[in-house]
Amino acid sequence: MQPLLLRNIKQVSMRRVAIVCISGLISFLFFAMPATAEYGDVVINNYAEKQGMRPVIFSHWFHRIRYACKVCHADLGFKFKAGGNDITMFKIIDGQYCGACHNGKIAWSVKNCNLCHSAKPGTPTQVHESTAQELAIPYDRGAR
Amino acid sequence: MNSRLMVFHYVLLLLSSSLVVAETESQAGKMNGVGNKPATTRGKSASVTQETYQAPSLMYQTEQTSNPLSSSNSFNRLLKISRRHQPPTEDGIHDPDNDGTKILQAPLEAYENLPKTPSDLGNGIDWIRAVEGHFISPRWDIDDPTEQPLIMDMNIIRVPRGSIPNELFPHRQHTMWLDCSNCHPAIFIPKKGANQISMAANLLGQKCGVCHGKVSFPFSECKRCHSQPKEAVVQKGGLR
Repeated sequence: MQPLLLRNIKQVSMRRVAIVCISGLISFLFFAMPATAEYGDVVINNYAEKQGMRPVIFSHWFHRIRYACKVCHADLGFKFKAGGNDITMFKIIDGQYCGACHNGKIAWSVKNCNLCHSAKPGTPTQVHESTAQELAIPYDRGAR
Repeated sequence: MNSRLMVFHYVLLLLSSSLVVAETESQAGKMNGVGNKPATTRGKSASVTQETYQAPSLMYQTEQTSNPLSSSNSFNRLLKISRRHQPPTEDGIHDPDNDGTKILQAPLEAYENLPKTPSDLGNGIDWIRAVEGHFISPRWDIDDPTEQPLIMDMNIIRVPRGSIPNELFPHRQHTMWLDCSNCHPAIFIPKKGANQISMAANLLGQKCGVCHGKVSFPFSECKRCHSQPKEAVVQKGGLR
């Protein structure tokens, strides 16, 4: 009787320990490094990481102090969608998209790779602190 | 039984860790007076702005320190960390190991002289007042700094269902930033009654949600759009 009970207790307690460890790990990951970046910061990771570069961070707050939305979203043809613009370095060097300003004349040139390619590796394409990001959408439906 | 246990443990851990977070937050707030984190970890300029900037988001912490009764019952109600407007090296998405990250401007440095919104939601900046008060002058043309936007001053009032106050859409504030072609006709058909707008669509990033809730002020600032009284309906006896 006794050994069996002990074994049961052991099994249960082992499971408990495992559960506590796993949930602790999950909550640690959840709370360990919360992103506290600025509202509207866009991470673009369409191609960057596949090509061995850090993802790009575009800060809306910085740019809207200097330019009206219209300049990029009407004149330069940026669509209102994170990751919805097919931006490549070839196009940027050709003067399209970011390259319209980031040409060394209006703003820093493409040579300063890591000023734009500055996100933590593995950061997915997103609009930081957006409503869609904060809504409680189940993970199997594409929530990030 | 096991799944129940797991859920219980997980909830317990979440609560305890959030409490720890709230606790460390309040301690950091006490240590630093106004700042969010000990000033030793940041650059000189950043710490200066940290001291002068008094965003309403920090009210939570100052409230606690001023009232000794509430500090015994501190709980992170939003279950998230209230440190906001962090410099790039500490903001969680920029790579602190990247040399370029250290060169980038910190938001609070740029926000120092800009008018703030009472809610401090989003960027916490009243961008319209910032332009109107000439705190900033965002260029309307990529090259020509003298070019001015074509302002269209036309308000549209929409009547939503139930007791929700009417919403006022001002073209003026929108044309300060945007071109007609940004919204018309792809997002909004320029015709009265032709647009089905719902908060559900907005929250999912359509219609107003194409910009609001991402870059322009978030939906939590209900009254900035739903700003008009429901008078018409009240007169008909439908609402009080």
